[in-house]
Order: sequence, then structure tokens, then C-alpha cells
Amino acid sequence: MKFLVCISNVPDTTTKIAFTPDNKEFNKAGVQFVINPWDEYALTRAIELKEAAGSGTVTVLNVGQADTEPNIRKALAIGADDAIRVDAVPQDAYFVAEQIAAIAKEGAYDVILMGKESIDYNGFQVHGMVGEMLGIPTIAPAQKLDMAGNTATLEREIEGGKEIVQVNTPFVASCQQPMCEPRIPNMRGIMTARTKPLKVVPAVGEPARTTVAEFALPPKKQGVKLIDAENAGELIHLLRSEAKVI
Amino acid sequence: MSVLVVVECAEGEVKKSSLEVATYGAKVAAMLGTTATAVAVGEAKAENLAKLGEQGITKVLYDAEPRLKDFVNNAYTKLIATAAGQEGAKVIILANSNIGAAVGSRLSVRLKASLATNVVELPKIDGSNFMVRRGAFSGKAFAEVSLGGDCKIIAVKKNSLEAQHDAGKTAEVVAFVAQLTDADFADAPQQVVMQDQAGGILLPEADRVVSGGRGMKGPENWHLIEDLAKALHAATACSKPVSDVDWRPHHEHVGQTGITVSPNLYIACGISGAIQHLAGVNSSKVIVVINKDPEAPFFKAADYGIVGDVFDVLPKLTAAVKALG
Repeated sequence: MKFLVCISNVPDTTTKIAFTPDNKEFNKAGVQFVINPWDEYALTRAIELKEAAGSGTVTVLNVGQADTEPNIRKALAIGADDAIRVDAVPQDAYFVAEQIAAIAKEGAYDVILMGKESIDYNGFQVHGMVGEMLGIPTIAPAQKLDMAGNTATLEREIEGGKEIVQVNTPFVASCQQPMCEPRIPNMRGIMTARTKPLKVVPAVGEPARTTVAEFALPPKKQGVKLIDAENAGELIHLLRSEAKVI
Repeated sequence: MSVLVVVECAEGEVKKSSLEVATYGAKVAAMLGTTATAVAVGEAKAENLAKLGEQGITKVLYDAEPRLKDFVNNAYTKLIATAAGQEGAKVIILANSNIGAAVGSRLSVRLKASLATNVVELPKIDGSNFMVRRGAFSGKAFAEVSLGGDCKIIAVKKNSLEAQHDAGKTAEVVAFVAQLTDADFADAPQQVVMQDQAGGILLPEADRVVSGGRGMKGPENWHLIEDLAKALHAATACSKPVSDVDWRPHHEHVGQTGITVSPNLYIACGISGAIQHLAGVNSSKVIVVINKDPEAPFFKAADYGIVGDVFDVLPKLTAAVKALG
């Protein structure tokens, strides 16, 4: 079984978000980048399934410039076998999906996994686009994934419940908790990651279909209005008369 | 050339988020000087579909194929693409739900459309270009995105605009056959399991949410959360540490790697307000924080706060809600 795990390079979850003075770009200064937390579920589950089967490979794929390589190496340290970096700025979901679809097709991958969305763009788009480009099913978001031979059984979260879906390879799934407990690299992993293959390839396909014209921060909160705990019921009156939400 | 709106139905009713989507679509249609047609997915009832006239929809296409009751990605995609073709629709509006966004991404490739998800406002239309505002950085920012090209798909975030209700207006419900075949249902679910929701209120659709954190000290104390939720007609939720230790099920976890909610009212009880939790709730209209630690970071993101013991404060709040009648 050949697994392709797509990872995105995103600002650490605790980052205070700021933009360049013209509001055209995210301000990367002093920001630590991590593997997108949802992609960690995809990566760990692929490694677990490969280990359970006793054979197979896990290839990690990133669309990004050279500055994403530390996180690609981290994914290798967690247990991926090899990596591919498409050397391009990930312009929009469509552009990224084109890169993934091209590599998935060329490498004849059986299972294409990624997180349900990135915590920076929050698109929830790439997995569906890749599935459509390749003409294969996409299960998004998947909270459980088991494999028996070429058949996968997945739990797909829907509003208020879940669907149990069975598909044959090849397929795309976007992952979220509680699929697995994401692994962290150990020392041996970190040492071996240095020598694992990382191939850099150029981008293909058509240009992006959407562009970000400007970023904006949400309006600042007015500040909290504190109510005395002794008189807690007053809160309910304020929620009705002032905030008008009940 | 009409605007096509995808409305999701369950148990015969149109979902609340889809009433918002229908309103959004009707407003976009008015901006473009055209009409809004809806296509229904899920288990729909014709009389409820006709009521979409109240949101400004003129016509509703409804394929009575029984297998469309459950979400099937390929079948839904083909149904909507066929409807768009028949109506000559170049603008498609869906809910930014697990169904809407999943179908939207497939459709965007099939119809060569530009796509924006998580959209929070009506577009600014300039000729063939649409500028839309969408949530980014897990609710910590917005991005103004330009959608070019001939065809556009917009997935609207829940609670971004209020559904319009023009009483008495009805839409024409038209039978529609998308000629779906068995192959379109190849990825149909084997089984659909719906959660047993407290009070029948689904967390992702809820207007009000009462949420508990580790400060609740154990699952045996959750009746305090549930009592207040019941009195407020709210859904219940929890923080990640709570679902991690199985005090509450994972589908109640809101936060960075859980569910994102944007209700009118979010009441956090015994939750300190880690940045990962805030990412899941920060687009709520009003946030109330109850915590005995006055230094809890959540107070900085709150509109109202009570510094106090949740075990003391929650029963008082429940009593006060009941007293409102």
C-alpha cells in the first residue's frame, strides 16, 4: 500500500496573527511554523496502517518553498519513508490540489491523506478538489480509518452524526481527531530523517483561480463586563435586555 | 442566468444554516438583477421547500430519488452540476457545512469555478469579479478574496447573516430528475449513525452553546451544564482536555482541532481559554466566561464574565433563566 500524506506548513497554533503594513501578506517575522495540526492525524494514521500491514510506504508531500523543509524533515522523523516538495508558493487551494493530483497520479498512490483543513487558510477544499481531479472518492472529514486489503472503512463526520463509508483504493481522505494520537519524533527518528530522500520538483498546471486582496483583523472586543458572583442572575437579565441574545 | 442555492434538508425540514444560505443567494441574485433558484438535497418535504419563498427563492428543484436522503458526495455533486447546467447558473451558493464545503470543492473542479469557503459577508461585485470576505487563521483574521473567472462558488459560514422571513411568499417546487445512476452512489454510506443530542439541539447548528472545561471537575457534574443548556434551549459542548479524558464525547469538543462554532451566545464554564480553544469559538457573537480564576485568559476574549465557582454560579443562572418564563 502506497500512502501519500500531504502536509501544510502553518504558523504555530499560539501565534498572534499580524500582517505586513499594506495588509497584503501574513507577517512571518518571529513566527514559528509547524506541521498543520490536522495533517498530523493523517501522517500518524498512515504510519500506523503501514506498520499494521507490515509493508508499504508513506511519502510525505508539501507544496512550499525551501523554508518548509524543517517540517518536512520532522514528518520524516515521525516515520514517513520519503518526501517530495513541490517548489512553489501555495497560491490557493486549486493550485495546491493540482500539484497533489499530478504527483498522486504519477506515483500511483493508493491512499491520499491530509488534514481536514489548514489552520491558516481554513479552506476545507484541497481534498475534494484532488478527488475530483483524479476521479476518485474523497471522504471528508474522516474521524476513523481502517484498512483491510484494498478496502477502507471510514467514519465521516456529518453535522449531528456520522456516516460509515466503505471505499476501495485509490481514495482521498481528510483526517481529524479522534483518528489517532499524533506521534512526536523520537531521537532515532530524528537521526534517520536526515538521510531519508527528499525530492524537490517544479510546479505544474494552471495558475491560481483566487487571490487574496487584503487581510484584516477582527474588531477589538469592548472588554469584559464583570458581574458579581453573588448576584449571578443579573447576567441573565443583561443577556436579554442588553446583549439581546436570549 | 439565475443564482443557484443548495439547501440541505434533514427529516423533512430545511436546516437553519440553509435558510441563511437561501437569503444570501437571493440577495446576490438581486445584486445581479436575476432570480435565485434552489436545489434541495437530503430528506426534503415539498411544503417546506415552498416556504423558501420567504427567503426570496423563486423556484426549488427537487429530485425525489430516495438515495439522496443521505449525503453521497458524487451523487450530490452531479445533481448540483446538472441543476446548474439546466438553469445556466454561474453563481452557486452553499452552506459552509461538512456537506456544502465537500460538494463545493468537487464542483469547483467540475465546473471550472473559483471557490471561496468560510465566507462571512455578501460579495462586492465589480463586473465579473467578486470580492468576498472569508474567515482565516482559525477565526483570528479575515481575508478579502477576489474570485475571478466565469463561474463562482461561495460557501457561507453559519450565522454570518440573518435569514430573512417574508411571510406568505412561496417558491414554486419543481420536480427535477438528475438522471443519477448506481455508479453515482458508489461511495454511499453503509450506515448513518445520528448522535443522541441533549434536547435535540445539534451543536454545529445551535444558536446558543453552554460549554464546560476541566473546571467542572468530572463528568458527574455535567448535569449543571445540561440544566442551564436545557433552560436556554442551548447545545452542550466541551474543551479538548475534557474530551481527551472521555468525560464527554469527541463530537462535543470545540476548538482548533475540534468543531468550530459561531453561535449568538457561548457560555464557557470552567474553561481557562487556551488560544486553541478560542480558535473554535471566537466568532461567537456574545461570549460569557465563568471561572474562579480572575486571571483566566478567556476573560480577555469575553463580553460578560463572572469570577466565581461554577458549582455555585451555574444553578443560579439556571434558576434566573427559568424565572424569565
